Amino acid sequence: MSLGNIKRSSPRALIVIALIAGLAGCSGAGRVQPTGINDPHEQSNRKVHNFNKKLAGSGNGSGLAHAVPMGVQTVVHNIAENLSMPQVAVNSALQADVKGFGIASYRFLTNTVLGVGGIADVASEFQIPKHDTDFGETLYVWGVGEGSYYELPFVGPSTGRDVAGRFVDLFTNPLSYTLPRPEKYVGTVTKFADSVFKNSRRSDAINDVLEGSTDSYSQARLIYLQKRRYELSRRTGAPVTYDDPYLQ
Amino acid sequence: MTHICNKMNRRAFGGGALAIVLARPALALNADDATAFIKRLIGDIYSVIDSGAPEAAMIRQFEELFVRYADVQIMAQYALGVDARSATAEQKSAFNAAFAGYIAKKYGKRFRQFIGGRIEVEGARKIKAGFEIKTTAYLKGENPIEVIFLVSDKSGELQFFNMFLEGVNLLLTERSEIGSMLDMSGGDLNATIHELNKAG
Repeated sequence: MSLGNIKRSSPRALIVIALIAGLAGCSGAGRVQPTGINDPHEQSNRKVHNFNKKLAGSGNGSGLAHAVPMGVQTVVHNIAENLSMPQVAVNSALQADVKGFGIASYRFLTNTVLGVGGIADVASEFQIPKHDTDFGETLYVWGVGEGSYYELPFVGPSTGRDVAGRFVDLFTNPLSYTLPRPEKYVGTVTKFADSVFKNSRRSDAINDVLEGSTDSYSQARLIYLQKRRYELSRRTGAPVTYDDPYLQ
Repeated sequence: MTHICNKMNRRAFGGGALAIVLARPALALNADDATAFIKRLIGDIYSVIDSGAPEAAMIRQFEELFVRYADVQIMAQYALGVDARSATAEQKSAFNAAFAGYIAKKYGKRFRQFIGGRIEVEGARKIKAGFEIKTTAYLKGENPIEVIFLVSDKSGELQFFNMFLEGVNLLLTERSEIGSMLDMSGGDLNATIHELNKAG
């Protein structure tokens, strides 16, 4: 179903996608939700984790999220989110998600025109629902396996599939082919800044949990993997089956 | 004679009725009971939060609520994992108590996030052990969070035995954390119980 979409894109993109799919470890099983932890790079990941922990502030709450005023963070978030909408639309199309494609397109038009280039999130005031997706999710929809766990500097936990997705997303934003320099970098820069702030704020929210943890690396890993798998499986709407502790 | 007969009948009837009443929770757990149970829990949590009591007092009240509404024994046993098998009865009950205090402290400390918010029950779904109750937490300045409670009456009374916040399984996450504590202490359960009493 999605093959038609690939064929329409350039051959270079096809090669990249094929490479990435190989890198991420194609399971071929198609949307099978893994339950275990696959972390062969634990040693190097732990080093990155310690770096990220220092970055998040040494026990005094998250450094960056506190240093930068919330108003600034919101504007950065709004701009980044709006500029990501064309890409969300592309990924929705690749996932054959018609509704997502519609929402992303409508949001982009509304916020660019009425929200002054996306500074204000007017679409939310109009009750247009939010929609976010990325190439990592597209790969999931296509049946690519999760790959191994990675903790990335600045941005935090990820998986092989999502690292590949991030890489592809760098090249598939329609805006970077239509906007002149330096405007075309605004999206990339604000997106990066936004994910750093988000990571910093997130660590504020789960800081108590991770700070007090005996092994914050494994807690962050387990929490991230559960959350990401939940996000991805949620859209397919399959009912969850639970472990029954009464049977153990 | 008739007098004795009447008495016996009355007694037999009373005994039968009592047996029915006692057996009822195990037989009649339905979606409405499970939903009402979670609504009561949410109401009780919010009355603690809204009381504006000092943090330490609130955490004590959260612990009481946790012990009342949750199947602490089964939760603690799951969180302890395979080490539960070799534990003595004494260690088990010390661990259960430490676990309840730890959960109340760790999650109760975050009550401020819930001030001015609300939790709405979305619906119930039958699962193997009982019911899944889906709720949404609307917290100030945050996107809605999906919170799922798993409820069962397998202990003999209606209790919750697990929670999921945006897909994050509380029991699984705590099992990993307690596993890390056990690793740190070289598998010494008494040291872990001591650690658990301090943590949270």
